[in-house]
Amino acid sequence: MSMAPTTKSDGFFAHIFYVLRGNPITALAFILLAFFIVCALFGPLIVPYDPLASNTSNALKPPSSDHWFGTDNLGRDVFSRVIVATRLDLLISVSAVALSFVIGSILGSIAGYWGGWLDAILNRLLDTIMAFPLFVLAMGIVAALGNTIENIVYATALINIPFYARLVRAEVNIRRDAGFALAAKLAGNSDLRVLAVHIFPNALPPMMVQISLNLGWAILNAAGLSFIGLGVRPPTPEWGIMVAEGANFVISGEWWLALFPGLWLMLAVFTFNLLGDGLRDIVDPRKRT
Amino acid sequence: MSGRYKTISLRIAQAIPVLFGVVVVSFILTRALPGDPAVYFAGASATEESIAQVREALGLDKSLPEQFVIYLGDLLRGDLGQSISTGQAVTDDLARRLPASLELTLMALFISCSIAVPLGVMAATKPGSLRDHICRVIVTAGVSLPTFFTGILLIYIFYYLLGIAPSPLGRLDFIYIEPDTVTGFYLIDAALIGDWETWFGALKQLILPATTLALFTMAPIARMTRAAMLSALSSDFVRTARAAGLSSSKILYGYALHNAMLPVITTLGMVFSFTLGANVLVEKVFAWPGIGSYAIEALVASDYAAVQGFVLAMAILFVLLNLTIDIAYSLIDPRIGFEER
Repeated sequence: MSMAPTTKSDGFFAHIFYVLRGNPITALAFILLAFFIVCALFGPLIVPYDPLASNTSNALKPPSSDHWFGTDNLGRDVFSRVIVATRLDLLISVSAVALSFVIGSILGSIAGYWGGWLDAILNRLLDTIMAFPLFVLAMGIVAALGNTIENIVYATALINIPFYARLVRAEVNIRRDAGFALAAKLAGNSDLRVLAVHIFPNALPPMMVQISLNLGWAILNAAGLSFIGLGVRPPTPEWGIMVAEGANFVISGEWWLALFPGLWLMLAVFTFNLLGDGLRDIVDPRKRT
Repeated sequence: MSGRYKTISLRIAQAIPVLFGVVVVSFILTRALPGDPAVYFAGASATEESIAQVREALGLDKSLPEQFVIYLGDLLRGDLGQSISTGQAVTDDLARRLPASLELTLMALFISCSIAVPLGVMAATKPGSLRDHICRVIVTAGVSLPTFFTGILLIYIFYYLLGIAPSPLGRLDFIYIEPDTVTGFYLIDAALIGDWETWFGALKQLILPATTLALFTMAPIARMTRAAMLSALSSDFVRTARAAGLSSSKILYGYALHNAMLPVITTLGMVFSFTLGANVLVEKVFAWPGIGSYAIEALVASDYAAVQGFVLAMAILFVLLNLTIDIAYSLIDPRIGFEER
């Protein structure tokens, strides 16, 4: 019996390895993810210049061996700013997704397990949130609550809650009367314990896919908000705001100001999207669309 | 037959609380916006009394529930209030700007479909093959592109470097005369009066922003096409058609694609309403005079009647569109039900 867990996890890793071999793109996504995590953790330590130090005598220089991504209108090093921004952008999206994961899971579990009028009310509430074009709702929330990074996190979290709540609700609902849940109940476990320990963990695999896809989406959302001037403010390095600042110079030919932060932003979102796809293959190969 | 009516009326009944919720949320949201509209309306030389007077005239001195009831009444008469920044009724502003956004969105969806549907079909014919992977990477890259960044990139390449695109400012270069408003769609209006020079000018302005949006919307359409094609290709009627010796193109396009179109059209409806809201950023980049840029201008000026009108109009459009799609779907395919599952 003691061997059983080891065999199972071996099988699991063997399965991941098997999927990755058949799917080199997912393997690439894992490598990119590792790269972004390193940038987020050690970014400020490894960049060659201070991301906020301006040097007007060296402004608007195209990419060179000294400044890989060139310098901006204040002479700041674009490469350093792009790398340092990783931490803030990932932090916003990770905390927003974590918030919506927790709140969505709680709401979805309650609605799925107890059903009835709680379920009906929750469904209508979620429908209401989903009825708004989500970016527009986020815009409105940040404008109403005030222009801070925390409010970007709250707005992004709120618009993502319905996806988690629906998913958990469906997963919990189909297992509410399953044999193993009833057995756990008969063994004397409380409703809450059956729900949290026996039923909820079954919803985690599909949730992982959702989390990965949402992380990319949250980054886009936060960058989009900064781009229109809501949320992160200059001179803080952030990809969306750097693209917005660089946009003014594109029409006069200084392309590197907007291109590199934009590319990095795209690459980060691309990584999470590919990862979500790949996780879907690992978790449930039938659902691939 | 009665089952079908029951299904449809159930679906409509579900939409009503959502519509009410949308109105409540947009009411609360805009009352929470910073800035006091009474101070704004009273003007620069306002005194305490004149501000109080304006507040009373606007009904802002009443309690929130009272204000909400008044707001509901205005709403039923189609009155969304006055915009501070343009001085016009919000309803008129939105109606005037909506065609610009619609033209952009429809053009984007047209471009998007003409690329994404063939890609999806191609990927579905050989799942797991190299071209399936390539399709997946292309559409994933498309949906990963921040629209504001794609827009800027396209401007740089086609306007600055190649010089083949017109300056990215608005719907029509100033050398052309705006066609008389019939539908508000420049392409249709110009074609109606036979002014092909203006038509071409409007098209040139439209291509870049539409392409930007199209890249972003390709992914859901291509994925849905692929999935629907896969399930259609593995169904019994395709097997029968193959056994009967029909040509593979006849099976692919005549049978499978035809049956796969229904879910694709549903997705298209959702993508449409989602794009109409999401083109806020594209409109800003291209100075496109649609409702998205209107909303941004209003937000910057804390023009709350305008923000409210925009958010509400978008949400109601979204709810009604989804309702229409679901009902149309249930008329086409009676197996669909909307009961709480």
